[in-house]
Amino acid sequence: MSPAALPAREIALVDLLDRLLAGGIVLTGDITLAIADIDMVQISLRALITSLGRTTRSGVAERDA
Amino acid sequence: MSAASYTYAVARPFDPTRAAGLVGVDGATIHLVRHQDLVAVVSPLAPADADETALRARLETLAELEAIARTHHRVVAAVAACTPTLPFRLATVHRSDDRVAQLLRREYRRFRETLDRLAGSVEVGVKIYVQHAGASAGTMSVAEKPGGSGSARVGRDYLRYRREQRDRRQHAWRRATSAAEQMDAVLAGLAIDRRQHRTQSAELSAAPGENVFNAAYLVDAGRADELAARARRLGAENPHVTIEVTGPWPPYSFTGSEHGEPT
Repeated sequence: MSPAALPAREIALVDLLDRLLAGGIVLTGDITLAIADIDMVQISLRALITSLGRTTRSGVAERDA
Repeated sequence: MSAASYTYAVARPFDPTRAAGLVGVDGATIHLVRHQDLVAVVSPLAPADADETALRARLETLAELEAIARTHHRVVAAVAACTPTLPFRLATVHRSDDRVAQLLRREYRRFRETLDRLAGSVEVGVKIYVQHAGASAGTMSVAEKPGGSGSARVGRDYLRYRREQRDRRQHAWRRATSAAEQMDAVLAGLAIDRRQHRTQSAELSAAPGENVFNAAYLVDAGRADELAARARRLGAENPHVTIEVTGPWPPYSFTGSEHGEPT
């Protein structure tokens, strides 16, 4: 089975970002605008939380310290 | 100033007609930069979008991040369907195609070795969740108890209720984590390699429950279904956890060295 043979159902963005922000070949050196992984994950997740937070069911993410 | 080069992946050469019509970031057409028996999959990016500040700003906007991520994946998946492929990290941008060619020359051995290692393999994602039954507020019924002596009693009952609720959650979490370790051992036995991702925040995934385990398993493409089916069966056999399987994916999580370092 090839990746292209995947069913066309929508891939969750969060699963995609796990791979695109923490996986993949990372290049260093002057020719590349490399995005540092940890940094980027935090930026992206903050953006996601900000955008999605309003529509999330309240209480689901409740956590006791 | 000429266009920069958004770089999706490096791959073994393939019939370029199979990439015909493939559209990259910002609707740009995909082309290949070749060096010996390697090609880089590239599309032009407007110079104004290609400096680090501009790129960062775009990636901090959810809609832009999502559009670029989905495009990046669509291109990588299309190429990976026809040839062994090493995906690059999101937003890998070179100043020109010449720089991409230099990269292929400089990293030729490393790319060849990694391509050889990953040829024919895909990754399958497995996430394990714990349900927190009764986690929602409103199940406490102190008010119904007879003989309650005023607010002090209610307060004590409430604190006890909160403590019990927390203990229940911790117990469920520990039980799920331990189940996840056992399932991981079984699945790792079917896989060539495994990588653990950080667990996903409940705010981000519309998933049921709390994510306690998030991993990717590298398998021969022909065995992806087997691993996925095994994962689903393990989940179905355990009433305390829910399992979600994703993929097969191009081997994004395995492009680093053997030790998992994204070098």
